[in-house]
Amino acid sequence: MSRNHLLELAAEVVKRAQAAGATDAECTIAEGEEFSANVRMRELENLKEAGSRGAGLRIMIGKKTGASSTSDLSAEGIAYLVKSAIELADVTNEDPHAGLPEPEELGKLPGDLRLSSADVPELDTELKIETARKAEAAALAVDPRISNSEGASFDTHTGRHIFANSRGFAGEYSTSYCSLSVVPVARENESMERDYWETLARGFGGLEPPDKVGRIAAERALRRLHPVKVETQKVPVVFEPRVARSLVGEIFDAVHGMSVYRQQSFLAGKLGEKVARESVTVIDDGTIPGLFGTSPFDDEGVPSRRTVVIERGVLKSYLLNCYAARKLGMKTTGNASRGLTGNAGIGHGNFYLEKGTVTPEQIIGGIRNGFFVTQVQGFGVNIVTGDYSQGASGLWIRDGELAFAVSEVTIAANLKDMLLGLEAVGSDLEFRGSVAAPTVKIGEMTVGGK
Amino acid sequence: MLFSESIFATRFHITRQDLEKYLAEALSHGGDYADLYFEYLLTSSISIDESIVKSAAQGVTMGVGVRVIAGERTGYAYSDDLSPEKIRKAAHVAAYIAKGPSQVEKFDLKERTHHNLYPVVHAPTETAFAERVDLVRRADHAARAYDPRIFQVQAVYADNLRHVMVATTEGVLSVDRQPLARLSVAALARENDGPPQRGHSGGGGRVELGFFQNENPPEHFATEAAREAIAMLAAVDAPAGEMTVVLGPGWPGILLHEAVGHGLEADFNRKKVSAFSDRIGQKVASELCTVIDDGTISSRRGSLNVDDEGHPTQRNVLIENGILRGYLQDKLSSTLMHSASTGSGRRESYEHVPMPRMTNTFMLAGQSEPADIIRSVPKGLYCVSFGGGQVDITSGNFVFSASESYLIEDGKVTRPVRNATLIGNGPEALKYVSMVGNDLKLDEGIGVCGKENQHVPVGVGIPTIRIDRMTVGGTA
Repeated sequence: MSRNHLLELAAEVVKRAQAAGATDAECTIAEGEEFSANVRMRELENLKEAGSRGAGLRIMIGKKTGASSTSDLSAEGIAYLVKSAIELADVTNEDPHAGLPEPEELGKLPGDLRLSSADVPELDTELKIETARKAEAAALAVDPRISNSEGASFDTHTGRHIFANSRGFAGEYSTSYCSLSVVPVARENESMERDYWETLARGFGGLEPPDKVGRIAAERALRRLHPVKVETQKVPVVFEPRVARSLVGEIFDAVHGMSVYRQQSFLAGKLGEKVARESVTVIDDGTIPGLFGTSPFDDEGVPSRRTVVIERGVLKSYLLNCYAARKLGMKTTGNASRGLTGNAGIGHGNFYLEKGTVTPEQIIGGIRNGFFVTQVQGFGVNIVTGDYSQGASGLWIRDGELAFAVSEVTIAANLKDMLLGLEAVGSDLEFRGSVAAPTVKIGEMTVGGK
Repeated sequence: MLFSESIFATRFHITRQDLEKYLAEALSHGGDYADLYFEYLLTSSISIDESIVKSAAQGVTMGVGVRVIAGERTGYAYSDDLSPEKIRKAAHVAAYIAKGPSQVEKFDLKERTHHNLYPVVHAPTETAFAERVDLVRRADHAARAYDPRIFQVQAVYADNLRHVMVATTEGVLSVDRQPLARLSVAALARENDGPPQRGHSGGGGRVELGFFQNENPPEHFATEAAREAIAMLAAVDAPAGEMTVVLGPGWPGILLHEAVGHGLEADFNRKKVSAFSDRIGQKVASELCTVIDDGTISSRRGSLNVDDEGHPTQRNVLIENGILRGYLQDKLSSTLMHSASTGSGRRESYEHVPMPRMTNTFMLAGQSEPADIIRSVPKGLYCVSFGGGQVDITSGNFVFSASESYLIEDGKVTRPVRNATLIGNGPEALKYVSMVGNDLKLDEGIGVCGKENQHVPVGVGIPTIRIDRMTVGGTA
């Protein structure tokens, strides 16, 4: 099916839905191609290559909605799509807040957002396998204790996203990704540990070199060997960027408009209040060219934008789609997100903690006794209450130095206190995904151990 | 079910000759083995929020995955179009992995009979949506009626029917229809203007709508969610550090899934990256512990008639009286380890390569009275419900997060505590199991297991057990 054909098809589905009785309709079509090569212990292990696509329809009859999806874009499949959605509007209730964006809210960011790189579909299979092989070989060469590996992967994805609605919006954009990751295993006597490193870019040229990826992964696995379980105690805790990113992800969950209107977030009802240290500024920006959370429009056809969520410790904005905005008496922030089926949820653009001025070395150097966390484990975050309790491993800080490996411990506090106690924000912000954070220091958390 | 009656034969007009032709194409560059996995999936879901049925959705997904194995190498491709040209194209792409003449001898596809653990009476498409609406409405009503302090309720009912067909160059031809349904209820409670607390419950299995209309009504799950939210209103800070932990029966069996289950999946052991590698025959738990993975329990969420490689599921003993007995094997790992498949090859969908996975994982009942177990603990934590869990299979460290737990003081269950994560090490944790109750219970059917980005439904179960030493991640 040609490129234009899918955009026409989305508009056609909207028209067919209206002809079948819908007062409003929106259609999403997604198309993607994936490739993956895995190398393990220097040998090619897996190759995967395929493409797929699907369409989703959401319709309204007055204030009632129905939704359907299909991977069958034949005439028969499209007829099913329209019929199913119309049929379901019959069983849902009138919801006064449901509805599409107003026509003046619709639109797209202009210009080239550099979301797709032409080199990705053209990459030679042997080059992709060789890149993974090099990265793993670099990890295995670092130290004889790196004697095993879960392998290296080179993955690419190209996709197209198409959206049309009954209020005149029709748009599409293409994306591409390449990623390279390595998972070496370090072993010495009875101690065995693994870690990973990954590089992600819109195009092949943006990736970190395979040697570097392998070396960092190996060094990370090695420093985890012979971990100690420390005594239970309250200490300052430093999150390295990879872990700080998950903490920033918890902030996203707490400013998620759907959780806010249901009052199932500890940040609900706190707009304008001080919720964090002054060093904390959190931004959602879906407009930065080339980054992973960027898009010209959200999944309701509203242009992506930059929203200041927390400014110098004060909660400024939630992240909203049209529905959550209406529930809260606010305006959408262009954060609608959906798969092919159902009502729009909420997603983020590039969601990040603004960098500070201190280096990670300065942060660690100022701590006499503390915990530098390099991995968290589990699902122990309750956004309703803010209770935070996760498994953790990393390195113990003694007299300003990283002293020894620690694992099989927990870290716990309440997110409210963690944000207010966020004493230092590092200068080392990097966008390695759509959520990003520099190194951060929390004044005190309970480390659960022996 | 017979091939000739399957949707793939009747609606898509696929014949045995077609399947043999596609398999031959997959082996055109060589290889030791090839298989085809056809899937036709119907899904539906309905949800209520603020007492308004806000969303109803249904969908259909179909496709075929083609796999070629050559030694330790796997080639995989898929198509969401079941036309002969597209399937042959996928077979050709998957074939790229192999070099040299094929090792496969001539085969004839043979249908085998297998157990029928979950008869399909009505396809979801044959049931009216109005009946599903009734389930979520009743759940909403019951949760709110439980206590006036409940102020938010969300309920979701989702069901699907998956038609699958597997054909392999070992001559296996198997078709199956796999129903799966789940009702989930979440409730929020608040006292005066205090902070809210949440409760969650749900259940289901390889069942149809009727399951919830009769013996497992929505009111059961709704009152359970509301009860948990209300109970948590009185929660105090959880303790921190090593202590005695008592797990209640049922869903806390997630301990087994994380502590031992994943570490016993054969792919990790073949590569010797698991904390359990080369430990068969060794003691990894107290002699009170016997752990089973059983894919053959009627109607359970983790059960399958045949796994996603066409191999019948079975009952596998993982740990017997504390001794490690076996791994969970799929086709690739069992071949390379000169062992047999344990019917554990599973995949999320036709877009995914199968790998060894759990089905329903549980510990056999012991002799102790649950009340005696609690009475035996002077100071500890009693955990009755959990959120999720996770494991690092290489170090063996695992976590699972308690969503409802209580202090045990002087042998009595006293105050509820706030959410806390428990952490332990796989090959060590179960050595501290000192009492096992006589009350084995399987969970109600809500588990989803993720591995390498593939999600499959699973079940867990456990009797009440006492663990003498485990680290609890509270703040007090």
